[in-house]
Amino acid sequence: MAMATEVTELMQTPLHDLHLELGARMVPFAGYTMPVQYQNGILAEHLHTRSKAGLFDVSHMGQLVLVGPDHETTAHALEALTPSSFVDLPRGRQRYSVLLNREGGVIDDLMVTRPETDAEDGRLYLVVNAARKEVDIAHFRKNLQDAVKLEVIEDRALIAVQGPEAVNAVAAHAPQAADLAFMSACSTQFDGIDCHVGRAGYTGEDGVELSVPAGAAEPIARALLADERIDAVGLGARDSLRLEAGLCLYGHDLDETTSPVEASIIFCMQKRRLEEGGFPGADRIQRELKNGPGRVRIGVRLNGGVPARNGAEIAQPDGPVIGTVTSGGFCPVVGAPVAMGYVPAGFAKTGTGLELIVRNRRLPATVSDMPFVSNRYYRKSNP
Amino acid sequence: MTTYYSKDHEWISVDGGIATIGITSYAQEQLGDVVYVELPDAGTELAQGDEAGVVESVKAASEVYAPIDGEVVEANEALSDEPGKVNEDPEGAAWFLKMKVGNESQLAELLDEAGYKAFVESL
Repeated sequence: MAMATEVTELMQTPLHDLHLELGARMVPFAGYTMPVQYQNGILAEHLHTRSKAGLFDVSHMGQLVLVGPDHETTAHALEALTPSSFVDLPRGRQRYSVLLNREGGVIDDLMVTRPETDAEDGRLYLVVNAARKEVDIAHFRKNLQDAVKLEVIEDRALIAVQGPEAVNAVAAHAPQAADLAFMSACSTQFDGIDCHVGRAGYTGEDGVELSVPAGAAEPIARALLADERIDAVGLGARDSLRLEAGLCLYGHDLDETTSPVEASIIFCMQKRRLEEGGFPGADRIQRELKNGPGRVRIGVRLNGGVPARNGAEIAQPDGPVIGTVTSGGFCPVVGAPVAMGYVPAGFAKTGTGLELIVRNRRLPATVSDMPFVSNRYYRKSNP
Repeated sequence: MTTYYSKDHEWISVDGGIATIGITSYAQEQLGDVVYVELPDAGTELAQGDEAGVVESVKAASEVYAPIDGEVVEANEALSDEPGKVNEDPEGAAWFLKMKVGNESQLAELLDEAGYKAFVESL
């Protein structure tokens, strides 16, 4: 058995002691020591999230705020760095977006929230990937217009609660959570503690993310875990859940060479922006939308039992290599291995037969629609 | 029958010139839920340190190395259908392969149970 060990100075989230108390196996991730799994293991944690609810410590992710004099100024400043529309983002709504480099490659993917109150208008609250936090901060500092400042939030934790029972369980402590539409947010109280709640997540399930004062993170997490519907879930199941939901992981399925068109995340780009251009890499993105991208992200199901992971080659049946797997593994609900990767657009049609090369063996696979399991985001019309 | 252990977290149980090989309980705990096991065909000649198979957990793929030289005489086919047995009974029913002991002197370099226990505690 080959086992890797690694010793470095790692940061801890405000829930570190609780993770240890819960018997988590801690691993280094993006400069933090994080729970990869708890005692039940990744499979059980994954299935529990899909059937009831999982609690995830995502405090390692970057929480940033753009602060400007009014919403329009702040929204324009962020629009200059992304292909998304924020000027028209209603109060209390959230939007998924990407920071782009000049070549239209993705610097990071992020969630943007416009606060719902007058007092906070002119602020946009961002959640960015842990591994890209420093890159993003430098990018904002270098490129933001003068009227808009970046604030880095260092004193708040972020807790995701995901699964069909998640919102009901959270609403027992923060009743307003139950009234939120999907991709909406509000400031409220959790057992009397000020917090921000957004009805979103990254598992394909209904759920919320709670931004809470660092010092209150542990009591809030304990209150949630005391609910028998909620189990603690580590990064291992977070990865298999997002893979099964067909969602991109930065550094695997997205990087600085990949455009949002190639990544099939066109929904993060709104029509007005695509027509008007005026964002980094607009030429490439408009061209790819018109003529089709050279390569495109696909989902594949393996016909056998062997997982194909990041880096495995994708080939035509009995033919040449045409692409690479960027994420892959065993999906507990599917009950079989699945993968995502990039291939030339001509091979992206659902049902196309391909081969994935694992340890010099060619494994038959079939291009599949994503998500691999249907998502269960909460749908209700916004009041 | 004598049982030896390797620093790669394998156990090697030798009886009548045949070594039965699997991964230790510590190894399966570290791996987490096993979802696939790949094993060599009977008749394969392995040298110590050669890749003898692969264990895929939900998390990652890990190689299993031949702890000694020898010819594979049998692989545990039951693990193809029920890879989860590796988590349930790693040092019993979920053995991986049986080899003819090709070089007895290599056994002396392996750890005994107390030695392996001390090694794991040192990690």
